[in-house]
This record gives sequence, structure tokens and C-alpha cells, in this order.
Amino acid sequence: MRTVGTNVARKEGMARATGAALFADDLKFPGMLHGRTVRTGTARGRLTGYKLGFDVAGFTVVDHRDIPGENVIALIERDQPCLVAEEIRHFAEPVLLLAHEDRDTLFAAPVQLHEEASPALLDPEQSQHVFKHILIEKGNLTRGLERADLVIEGTYSTGAQEHVYIEPNGVIAVPEAGGMALYGSMQCPYYVLKALKALLGNAAGTLRVVQTETGGGFGGKEEYPSVIASHACLLALKSGRPVKIIYDRIEDMVATTKRHPSIVRHRTGVTREGRLTAMEVDVLMDGGAYCTLSPVVLSRGVIHSAGPYRCANTRIEGRVVMTNTPPNGAFRGFGAPQTQFAMEVHMDRIAEQLGMDPATLRLRNALKPGDTTATGQKLGPDSSAVEVLRDAMKRSGFRRKRAKLAGTGRGIGLSLFFHGAGFTGSGEVMLGSRAGLETTPAGVRILVANTEIGQGTRTMLAQIVAEALGVPYEQVEVAQPDTSVVPDSGPTVASRTCMVVGGLLERCAKRMLAQLAGASPAEHHENLGRLHVEEQYQAPEGRQWSDKTYRGDAYATYSWGCDVAEVELDPVTHEARVTKFLAVQEFGRPIHPAMAQGQIEGASAQGIGWALLEDVVMRDGRMANPQLTNYVIPTTLDTPPMEVVMLENLYAGGPFGAKGVGEMPIDGPAPAVVNAIRHAGLDVRAIPATPERLMLAPKLAAHPEGAAR
Amino acid sequence: MKFTLNGSPRDLDAHPMRRLLDVLREDCGLTGSKEGCGEGECGACTVLVDGLPVVSCLIPVAQVEGGDVVTIEGLPGDHPLQLAIMREVGSQCGICTPGVVLSALALVDAERKPTLAKVRDALAGNLCRCTGYEAIHRAVLAAHAEKHPR
Amino acid sequence: MRTSSREFTLRRERTLAGALRVLRDEPGTVPLAGCTDVYVALQFGQTPGTRYLDLTPLAALRKITTSGDRLVIGALASYTDLQRSRLVRTRLPMLVEAAHTVGGAQIQHRGTVGGNLANASPAGDTLPVFAVSGAEVVLQGVDGERRVPFTSFYTGYRQSVRRPDELITAVEVPAVEGRQWFRKVGTRAAQAISKVVLAGVRAGSPALALGSVGPTVVRLPRTEALLASGSPIETALDALRAEISPIDDVRSTADYRRDVAANLVREFWARTA
Repeated sequence: MRTVGTNVARKEGMARATGAALFADDLKFPGMLHGRTVRTGTARGRLTGYKLGFDVAGFTVVDHRDIPGENVIALIERDQPCLVAEEIRHFAEPVLLLAHEDRDTLFAAPVQLHEEASPALLDPEQSQHVFKHILIEKGNLTRGLERADLVIEGTYSTGAQEHVYIEPNGVIAVPEAGGMALYGSMQCPYYVLKALKALLGNAAGTLRVVQTETGGGFGGKEEYPSVIASHACLLALKSGRPVKIIYDRIEDMVATTKRHPSIVRHRTGVTREGRLTAMEVDVLMDGGAYCTLSPVVLSRGVIHSAGPYRCANTRIEGRVVMTNTPPNGAFRGFGAPQTQFAMEVHMDRIAEQLGMDPATLRLRNALKPGDTTATGQKLGPDSSAVEVLRDAMKRSGFRRKRAKLAGTGRGIGLSLFFHGAGFTGSGEVMLGSRAGLETTPAGVRILVANTEIGQGTRTMLAQIVAEALGVPYEQVEVAQPDTSVVPDSGPTVASRTCMVVGGLLERCAKRMLAQLAGASPAEHHENLGRLHVEEQYQAPEGRQWSDKTYRGDAYATYSWGCDVAEVELDPVTHEARVTKFLAVQEFGRPIHPAMAQGQIEGASAQGIGWALLEDVVMRDGRMANPQLTNYVIPTTLDTPPMEVVMLENLYAGGPFGAKGVGEMPIDGPAPAVVNAIRHAGLDVRAIPATPERLMLAPKLAAHPEGAAR
Repeated sequence: MKFTLNGSPRDLDAHPMRRLLDVLREDCGLTGSKEGCGEGECGACTVLVDGLPVVSCLIPVAQVEGGDVVTIEGLPGDHPLQLAIMREVGSQCGICTPGVVLSALALVDAERKPTLAKVRDALAGNLCRCTGYEAIHRAVLAAHAEKHPR
Repeated sequence: MRTSSREFTLRRERTLAGALRVLRDEPGTVPLAGCTDVYVALQFGQTPGTRYLDLTPLAALRKITTSGDRLVIGALASYTDLQRSRLVRTRLPMLVEAAHTVGGAQIQHRGTVGGNLANASPAGDTLPVFAVSGAEVVLQGVDGERRVPFTSFYTGYRQSVRRPDELITAVEVPAVEGRQWFRKVGTRAAQAISKVVLAGVRAGSPALALGSVGPTVVRLPRTEALLASGSPIETALDALRAEISPIDDVRSTADYRRDVAANLVREFWARTA
């Protein structure tokens, strides 16, 4: 019976619609204390001491000296301390932890930090502290530029973006027999476990990390939870009691990670017919005070920075640098939205200068099977740039509307984009993910560390297993991600959960099927005992990648998208409103069509918000608008009606032909909207394109878009 | 102080200025109403007071004295809107769902078929970061159609 | 909530007289109605006071009635009450517009006219409406009632002539002659604080008021005079730009506010011709 490709009822049942679903702040433990983080008030300087202006009886107080292991948040580098010892590198850096039974008493307790401020480095263009540098070269840039009829330059920039998961960060650390458990809102339990092990050593005994119902992540709960979990565990260790830390919205916005701001420069050679002969791209990203995941964000950013286009001569250079601001981190798209924004707005400017319509320019250069990417990866039949573009053009009546809307104060714009599924290069091999499947009295249970954060992980993985095993979907359950129970199947990031982990589970199911020899899982469990199967990631044959030269097969496969946005400019308020939005996307095929559509619609709204509304206002290295009143995300009245089209192109390397869809849809909306604004007559090269900035944007004369086809 | 909570009379001893949200979550054990912002912007704490959706993070509990409070737990669990919002995937992570359901409830229960514009308007005070709202609108309209079959 | 309310007291009086006595006898008492401003302040760690007085039991203050040809809006009328009131819809449709833009439905069900006035923010959405309609603020104290023309009510940023022992009990609005106009420009399409907000009445002599372009809501006397005397609109708008004093803040810029204020008035003038 088919479940893959159908809209089965989600594994969560009705709990979310009845209030029964329990998120971190809904949980209580006997003897629980509340925790609070005391943070620096300066962006750069030295901590020389602190003073507790209250009677410490009833309080637990932790500073860096209480850390039994290493004072670090272990991630890629080990440069970020868990608690400030002396050096202050950003505003709101954690210094002290307090716990108390009573929340009001806890938060009213006065604490004075003694800080010596020094000048902060806030401009990434001035920073010499480089977390990561990447150079990707292909062909001969100089020759390519010589062959060009026209060379077009441009600089594009994107602002930070705050995730605004509606559930702020929250965790509870609970001492238990022999060790400590950490429950919380998160995407990657094993990341948290690794960080806690480095921080605590054996001091807290056996550690386990358990993901609770998570109210949105979008990358903001990929690496950050290691920080809040570390804090809760230190307090729990010292007090011997459960400690709950829940951030309010202000603290969450001020102190946690954001999308890396970027400045991308393009220099592009093109023939009069619109063929790209040379592309030179320079990418600068602001990583904030510590390294966190910046090298990987830069990596994905630069790999995608030449867009889904064919060009024999490319040179891409990227840097991510330190500034004295709270560290930036993972956010859906992970560098690709930033660089593809630049590429796609640049393409429209190239079209303008050639007197060519933007769709034609893209058709002429879109990657096809057999072409190579900027890293020299040869594409196979799982490549649909041309298909999504043609479909979007047709459905939107793009060329007709370009002519019709010209000069009306309205505009239509498109973007063409792609997104590698899974970890870059050798990343999946390094992760070595393992997924498990075991029989139960009722059927089977999936054992993975991948988390449900709204995107439908449990449901989608259960569908894959059900179909691969030939059992009803209802008989497949999914274990709660608890590191003492499930293997490390890798983080829930990088659009990998379906393709990589789903793929592992498909193999588990096939192996289990063979071992069941005709019995159902429940029968086997009843008569012969529990059957347990585990599979580990193996790189597909023939893939080549060099971390040194950044050449080769960057990703196992890519998903492809084309967005078309229609906007109208309000001449009174300078606002740009998106009136219509079309997203045509190919990601293999959807396992659960309605959930996949939800990913596309949700990511599109986030992309539109990033383009037009969401402005992280920084002053002296701190966020000046950390409330939802002043950092505005789209409401129901700010989102356009959306049309979503999911083209199928089954990918042999993914379960039932599926690739990844969680992130790609956020790569396209911002440039599509800005290109529509461009068509409506304003030259915009930076987002957010707030009305204040649109008011100042240079006006563009209407230009002919030739009949060149 | 006395008030009706999900149809049953309650008599609580709570500091009058505590937020209704906190009293519901902590004293009444009803954790379905969520704190997303504490400033009345996100709507995740929406409850019905005397039939109207309001944000419980901005209400001192004393003000519901003698009133009628309904939280998500007060719905039967199989109200057409609850079923539709899950079926249409108008709920992804679920943190905004209780607030969304309560804000749209009156539209679904009313005889008159709501326009899409009215649905958007009724939900303008409920932020969702996951869905982009499209599936929520579909769910509300589908629920209305189920509740009032022609 | 960053401010603990544990040490605070909340009084509830069943009569207006009782409430006024509390305000007189316990200075520093903060009146509470819909709480959509006060509880946000508490959430952000501010402490407007430690003694509070809940006005919501004073049901009589919620009524919307007429007195002769004047519309009498009780201070406790909510934004939803305004939108539902046939009296307001027929006599003061620009107030219905304003009430609908205040925030999402949840805020509209709770926020009150009296609260909007007492909060005294220059961004208050109903304030320009009252400023152009010849409204009067009705204040009551233990010693009796006094009335203040709305245009004299505010004296500075978040300051009004209301004495701490007085309550706003109503706003009275005489019949408004001419076409009414309202437009708010927020940070997004809904649930937004205004960046610029305009109310206007086009009659023989136009009346214009803007919010969020100075420390208080302002009328535009020079602009109005020029328009009334037949000046071209662009001349009047030059005067407008000079008689407002918007600022830069986290939400917007002075330049934007000035530019959009002029655009809003130009639009009003064209659309009410």
C-alpha cells in the first residue's frame, strides 16, 4: 500500500491542535529551579569583577571557575567560551549564571558587572580576523573577461535576519541517577551532547540529551542550544536540582545567533548574445564574535554564489570575518540565500544592460545535465534549472507581464536558484551518520536523532519506512530523540533529513525485510524476539571532492527552483507590496506533498520578510529593536497569495527519488521581489528594502527588453 | 476570585496583577496557551474572554473575575477547525496553533461563509513563522465548509 | 515578565466616585483599563507605579451615546466597540478606520479610547481623529467635571493636562461637517505601530492632524490656512514639512516621516476634492 506521495495524517496526531503537545516551558520537574544568565553590557573589553547585591542564600551562582571541563562551547573551533573569564568579545556575552526557586526573586536580584570597555570592531569590511577563507577557481578568468563584449560590475548586500521561531530557546537540565539529562528545544541533540561532554567531562556522570517538542528552529536551534544547555547543566550540577532556563523574546533576540550579513561583489563578462564568459565573485560575511558555524556558512555560500549557470571561467573568493557582535550562525539556506540574492539581482542588471529580458538571459545560461558547476561538478539528469524556469515563465505569463506592467508602478521579477542537498563535500562522510530500526509489539520503531521541528520529520521518515517495509504507516513509530536511545544520525540541518537519513532508513527497512523472511515485524517480535537493524552512511561511488581546492562534487545532488514575484509600489508610502507569488520547485519528489508545500510556502514568507520587512538594527554592537513590535515579521496581511508547483525529477540516490526541500525555497523570494521592484522602476541592491530605503533608491528609466529569444 | 474556565466554575487565589497567561499555565495547569513574546504581538497566548479572542499576556487575572474564559483545552478536541488545521498542515511546529484556532473559531462557527480577506483579518494578530499562512487559511475555509455543509 | 507584580496592589472600585477618591487619596496610583500599554511596559522591565486601579468595573464608562448632536464616547469603549457602534460608523467613520488599524483583533478587543488618550504616545492612532474633529476630553475628579478641547489636551511628550487624580471619562465629538479621511502608515500591514498617521476633514476649511511626527499629535495650522485660502497644494506641503518635527528612531527616519507626511496630505487633498 502506498504511503509515500500521500498526505497521511501526521504522527503527532491532534496534540498540537488541542494544547496537549508539551514544549520545554510546559515541562516541570520536582524541585526545579529557574535559571538566569547575566550578560555583558559592552561589546568589547575586559571583565574585572562582579558584585552580587543580594543575599545568596537560596541562590545558586555559577561563574567560569565552576566549569569542571573546558570553558568552551565545542563546535567547529573551540574559541567560544561558555562563560566570560576576562575577555569580552560581544554585547550580551554570558558571564554569570544564577538559579533560584522563585522566578521573580531570581530576576530581581541585582548584579553589577565591572567592565572596562575598549573600542569595538563593528564593521566587517575593516576586520582582519578571518575565520575562514575560500578560493574556488575554474578555467581562466582573465581570458574569459577578454572574450566578453561587456563587463558588468555590482555590489549587493544583505542584512542579518532573526529567526523568530515563535517558541524562544528553552531547556531543562535534570540530574538523574548516574548522570544528567538535558531536555530542550533543539534541532541537534548530538551537537548538544558533544558540547556538554567538553564542558563537563565526567563531573555530571552519564549525559543524555532529549529533544522536546520544538516550536520552530530554522537553524536558530542548530548550534545555539549548546550554549543554553551548557548554562542549565552547570547550574544543575552545582545545585543538584533540575534547572529550567527559558529566554524571553528580548533575550533571545539580543543574545542568540542570526543570519550572517553579507556583501557580495560581482564582475561578470558576457557576450552580446548574453552568454556568460567570466564570473568573478567576492563574498564577505560577518561572523560576529566567535567562529560557530561560519566556515560552513561561507562554504555553502561561495559554492552557490555563481548561481545555477554555466560559465567556463569563474573565480570565487570568500571570507567570513570577526566583529564584536553576538555570533551569527545557522539560518535556513545557510549562506546560499545571501549569495544567490546577489547573483540573481546581478543577472537582472546584466539583462538590462544587454537590452534582453531576464528570463531569456537565464535560459541561455542555465545549467543543464552534462554541464559543470563552479566547483567543476558535472551535473546529471537530476538537474532541472531549465524546466523550473520554463514552467515558471509559462505559468506566470512572465514576458507578457513584463511588457504589460512596465511603467505602471507595478513590476514582475523572477529568480532562478538551486540548493545542494546534504552536507557539503566530505561532510556526510565525516558525520558517518547511523540510523536504526527495531521491531516492536505493534510494528517497528525508527531510531534516529533527527528532530521534528515542524517540517514533518517523524511523518516523512515513517512514510519511507512503511513503504519500504510494506507495513501500514500506523505501525511505524518514531522514538523521541534521546541520545541514550537513538544513534547519531547527524543533525537536522542542510536539507539532509529526508535524503540522507531517509535513505539510511530505507536501507534499514530493506535489510529488515530480508531478515523478516515473510513475517510481519510484530509477528517476528512476538515469536522470535526483537529485530534491530542499523545502517551507516556510505558515500556514493565515484564522488570526488577536495577541501583544499574546493573542487569536485560539492553535493550529492541539487534541488532547483524558480520564483516569480509581482509587486506594486505605493507612491505615497514607498512601500513595496508583493501581490502575487509563484514558486516552481524540483526536489526529486515530495514524500508528503502537503508538508512539502508547507515548507515552500513558509520559507517563501520568510524570504519575503527578509527582503522587505526584517531589519536587525544594530547600535554599538547590540540589537536596538529586540522586540516583536519593532523587529517585524510578516502577518497574514503581509503575505501574498502563493502558487506552489512541485515538479518531479526522481533522484536515484534519494529514498523513493526524494532530495531535500527544507531550505531551498528561501533562496529565491528576496531576489525575485527585488527584481520585481527593479522592473517597477527602482534600483535596489541591498535588503531589507524597507520603505525608508526605497524612498532613497535611484529611479530606473524603463528600458526595452528586446525580442531576442 | 471566581470565574468560569472552560465551562467550569473556578475559585482561585492569585495575585490580582499576575498575567492571566501565567495563572492559566501555572495555577491551572493549562499549558496550551504559550508565551511567544510577552508583548501582545504574536498571539500565541490567545484565549477567549467572554467570547472574544484576547492576548492573555496583557491581562491581569483580576479582570476576568466573573467572566468566561476559554482556552484551547476547552475545545472538544475534534472541532472541525482543530481537525482541519492538522489535516491541511496549517500547523507545522504547532506553537502558534492554539492561538490561531481560538482566533479563527468565531469565523468557523458563524453561519456566514468568510471571505479570504476576513480570514486574514481575523488572524492578523497571530504570527506564524512556519506556514506562510496559506495552509492556515485553507484550513479555516475548509473547516467552515465542513461545519456548514450546503 | 521582567517586572514582578508581586509587590503591587490592584484596587477595584465599583463606582466612579470611589475610583476618583482612590486617585485623590493615594497619589501615584496608575489607572488600568485594557492594559495593552501598561502590561507591555511591565514586560520590558519598566515600573509605571506600584499601586494600580482597575477601571473595568465601571461599566457606565463604556457606553457610546449621543448628547444633543454630540457623540459621547465613553473612555472604556474598546476599539471593537467603536467599530461595532452604529453611532460611530455613521458619525465618525474615520474613527472606525483608526480603530481597525490599531493592532490585531486581540488588541482591538481590549484596548480603549481612554487608554489611547492617557498613554499619550504621539503615535496613538485615534489621536489625530479627535484632533481634527473639534473633540473635547471630559475629565472627572472628586470635585467634579471639566472639559478640555482635545487640541489643548497634550502639552509635551507623553504629557497632558490630566491631573493624576483625574480620570478621562469620555471624549465628546460634535457633528463633523465634510469628508473624513484617515490613513496610517505602519511598519507592516497589520499589528503595527504607526510611523506616520493622518486624519483629515475636508470642509470649507480643512482640518489636518498628524501623529508620529513630533512629541505630540499635531494640527497643521499653517498648512490648513494655506489650503483654506486656495494656495496650491505643493506650497501648502512646503509649509507642512516645516511645521512638523519628526525624528529618527528604531522604526523609521525623520526624512521618511517628513516625506510621507506630505504625501499623505497630498493624497488626502486629491481624494477628498
